[in-house]
Amino acid sequence: MAQPENLLYSKEHEWVKIDGDSATIGITDYAQNSLGDIVYVELPRVGKQIEQFGNIGVVESVKAVSDLFTPVGGEVLETNGALEADPAAVNRDPYGAGWLFKVKLKDAGEKSNLLSASEYEKIAHD
Amino acid sequence: MSTQAFDRTASPLIFELGQDGRANSYVEAGPPLEQFLPKDALRGDLPLPDNSELDVVRHFTKLSQRTFGIDLGFYPLGSCTMKYNPRINDAMAGKREFAQLHPYTPDELAQGALQVMYELERSLASLFGMAAFSLNPSAGAHAELAALLIAKKYFKDRGEPRRDKVIVPDTAHGTNPASAAMCGFKVISLPSDERGRVSVEEIQKVLGPDTAVCMMTNPNTLGLFEDHIAEIAAAVHDVGGLMYYDGANANAIMGNVRPGDMGFDLMHLNTHKTFTIPHGGGGAGHGPVGVAAHLVEYLPTPVVRAVPNNGTGAPSDGFTFSLDFDLPKSIGPMRSFWCNFAHAVRALSYIYANGAEGLHRVSQLAVLNANYVRVKVAEFLETPYPEICRHEFVASAQELKKATGVKALDLAKALLDHGMMAPTMYFPLIVPECLMIEPTETESKETLDYFIEVLREIVAEAKTNPDALFAAPVNTVVGRVDETRAARQPDLRWTPPVSSRA
Amino acid sequence: MYTPHTEADIKAMLVAIGVGSLDDLLQVPESIALKAKLDVVPALPEYQIARRFEHFAAKNTGVDYVSFLGAGSYRHYAPPAIAALAMRGEFLTAYTPYQAEVSQGYLQAIYEWQTYLCLLTGMDIANASVYDGATALAEGAIMALNENGRKKVLVSRAVDPNYRAVLKTYCDGLDVEVDEIALTADGTTDLAKLAEAVASKEYACVALQSPNFFGNIDTLSPAARDAVNASETVPIAVVSEAISLGALATPASWGAQIVVGEAQSFGVAMAYGGPYVGFITTTKEHLRRIPGRLVGKSVDGQGRTAYVLTLQAREQHIRRERATSNICTNQAHCALIATMYLALMGKTGLRDVAALNLARSRELATAVSKVDGVDLKFAAPFFNEIVVDVHQPARDVLAKLQARKILGGVDLGRWYPELRTSILMNATELTTRAQIDQLATALGEIVRVHAGV
Repeated sequence: MAQPENLLYSKEHEWVKIDGDSATIGITDYAQNSLGDIVYVELPRVGKQIEQFGNIGVVESVKAVSDLFTPVGGEVLETNGALEADPAAVNRDPYGAGWLFKVKLKDAGEKSNLLSASEYEKIAHD
Repeated sequence: MSTQAFDRTASPLIFELGQDGRANSYVEAGPPLEQFLPKDALRGDLPLPDNSELDVVRHFTKLSQRTFGIDLGFYPLGSCTMKYNPRINDAMAGKREFAQLHPYTPDELAQGALQVMYELERSLASLFGMAAFSLNPSAGAHAELAALLIAKKYFKDRGEPRRDKVIVPDTAHGTNPASAAMCGFKVISLPSDERGRVSVEEIQKVLGPDTAVCMMTNPNTLGLFEDHIAEIAAAVHDVGGLMYYDGANANAIMGNVRPGDMGFDLMHLNTHKTFTIPHGGGGAGHGPVGVAAHLVEYLPTPVVRAVPNNGTGAPSDGFTFSLDFDLPKSIGPMRSFWCNFAHAVRALSYIYANGAEGLHRVSQLAVLNANYVRVKVAEFLETPYPEICRHEFVASAQELKKATGVKALDLAKALLDHGMMAPTMYFPLIVPECLMIEPTETESKETLDYFIEVLREIVAEAKTNPDALFAAPVNTVVGRVDETRAARQPDLRWTPPVSSRA
Repeated sequence: MYTPHTEADIKAMLVAIGVGSLDDLLQVPESIALKAKLDVVPALPEYQIARRFEHFAAKNTGVDYVSFLGAGSYRHYAPPAIAALAMRGEFLTAYTPYQAEVSQGYLQAIYEWQTYLCLLTGMDIANASVYDGATALAEGAIMALNENGRKKVLVSRAVDPNYRAVLKTYCDGLDVEVDEIALTADGTTDLAKLAEAVASKEYACVALQSPNFFGNIDTLSPAARDAVNASETVPIAVVSEAISLGALATPASWGAQIVVGEAQSFGVAMAYGGPYVGFITTTKEHLRRIPGRLVGKSVDGQGRTAYVLTLQAREQHIRRERATSNICTNQAHCALIATMYLALMGKTGLRDVAALNLARSRELATAVSKVDGVDLKFAAPFFNEIVVDVHQPARDVLAKLQARKILGGVDLGRWYPELRTSILMNATELTTRAQIDQLATALGEIVRVHAGV
């Protein structure tokens, strides 16, 4: 699957969609595919202040566990509650229904530390 | 009446069997509970099934027939040392005078039990070159935790609490980093070199004044002997760190080389591996922790003391034994009572069956069996480290997977169809499509030859009919289990039907 | 040695490998080669091993004494069917059931164990076991510490001193402070002090044992429960005498969120202290924090019911330093024994055993309290253990009882200096009227001599 052009990416295989001063975050198709069947996602509390690239949770698949890093810093606005009952959404639709959490951006300048779709493409296929 | 009771394959849950009031007569009927306690202190319903003894016996006999153990066939599970469990050990542990001995029995009335602990402790200390062992920890990981707590306290007492780095090779058992984390240590993972070993050069890069402990197993989990171990230990000691020996692979070294002589300060043993205590489906284990002289005061409590009297007989018969709880520097107890005593009996019984020379022979033949299987398996699977191994070796299905799509997992599942246990898979993590094979010394050449030929045929089938392997196992009571479903929709218990709830 | 090799086998195998001798396979650098003479017990033929262990066994004379010892290890009747089933080689010689297809029986038995523990404690989920009751408490506290990030734990002084000591060992490693709650004059936890302590919101959890170390029922009152919940402290219930679960109100009913304990009483031999079997049960909300193995029910490719180890990503072999615990080996075989015990006893048998324990311990209490100079220390409702004040050093009285082949109980002065004249005594369904009379008579004589009558 190609990486959507309208998103920004981190080296740790998270995507971020920036919309004004808020951002929606998830993991990439490449990440879900390498992890395999995802069974559980541990997300930060709503209201928590998080730092760019900080370790803020974990994604568990049947036989692996992977740290989750946030591509942008700020206050956690919302988490995707539907994943509790249906973690498979991250596998099925990583850029849509499988989104993880939303953040109120602290510093729009952090965008410059992220990758474009084509830059990320290179990492994911190395 | 349910027809399930006559079904040869399905096994209803014990909760789906029985009838209320179908009681056995193990004890007389008790008086009403309300006679003793106020109602609000008592529970309401007790929703357990009442079954006849015959139905319970059939239930568990059936469950046993759906379970594979060493007694049924070859069990080449790498790193787990699934050797024969001699029945004499269980007979000794089951003696009334051991099984019915209360842990608070005064020392003078439990001299036999204390003597068992003492003889085991002394034998292990000599065999592995340690000053002393404590039999207290309950399993390998538990002993690892004890050892790291000892290291932490030792550094604290020396005024060096900032030593907080634990060095762990990338081939280490997963319990190593997990135990380190439970003591607040930070884990540094050390890459293996192209020979599958830790190099002196690589470890020098991470050593420093913050080094607390280097945790290693030798032979390592690739089955290879770390031949630079003395230099590695010297380098760790030079910066003031401690060396920890993970004894999971001790079956490869008895009477041959001792952790104490290699430079290790701390170690554990899994007596349920090396000393033939049955694994029992995943425990109970037994994990003595051993230390060099400078760490003896830190051992978990209690330890067994022996004071010579003027007795005669075998060496330890002339002693009076006691439990010593008064070690001011001890890390404290790791568990409620003294040790998994029944297992100490089993381990000592096994050591009596061998003596020092016999244990040396055990290790020699364990290594012989592993190398024999290694050279034969190398005829049809990659063996990434083609040299003399110790008690186990790793093979890889990576090339096979590229050629046929058949993975290590598929080979393992196919072995189950042939009445053998699968090797350990996907460990150590540094070998892709890894199969880790440990035959143990108790297997005959015929059994090894049979295993080799079966595996050879399975690999051949991978090339002609891979689909058959993707479908394996087919001869077992169930096929591959849907693990994703189990994890996504956890069903971890039976729940009573709503109508039967009080 | 249990090695089947003939000389011919060895020779053929060495040839196949391409080395000349066994020694060639076990080369080590000269600097570390074994030089010491090993001091290991000597090799014996099997019949002499049996003789050697007869010799050890004969020195454990304490097994033939009349015993009132309890305090965390209990004498109960275990039907012989348990040993006959549990010693089957399929169970005894299996490894951890990682290969589900050939481990269905054991996995199902553990699923049944998990269910039994949930039903008994009133909780939602149980794990496949931990080492023992004391480590269960430590692991339960770690669950709470990971949950709310606080750095202190609170434990009642009425919790088994061994459990508290192990909790301390674990907490020292984690740099976590352990504070204790004082006792009331009734031998229970001071709930007012508990409520005051948790109000600081510094404690990750608070642990109470019921029946407590003194045998007394010791649960959270509604007011104490409110204080615990308001402070977001995790209430942990400790159960060291599992038979009590057959009679007493469930820990869930008085507010516990995590229940930890010891199931030795369910058919596992006292065996001088082990192996025993610890358990942890908890509510659904704590599922991701529970340590150790879990068995789940699923299906195979053909839709057949199949059991499997699940949620393994919590565990050390995958999560390594971020695991919920380092626990790997657990106590599967002891858990299997406990499951068999519960299956054989059933609801009726377990309730009867619990009732008989209540009855015998009351007979014991009545008999000893009639002895001049001997009193029951506490008036709180109890299960099957009592604290008996002999008004002179308990140690001396126990030694005199021992001279009459009676193990009268445990000297509480060992852990509680203020109770140095008190003995913890236990009675179970196996305790007879004659044994109780023997103890009471002996106590009467001993105490009278001390009083100079």
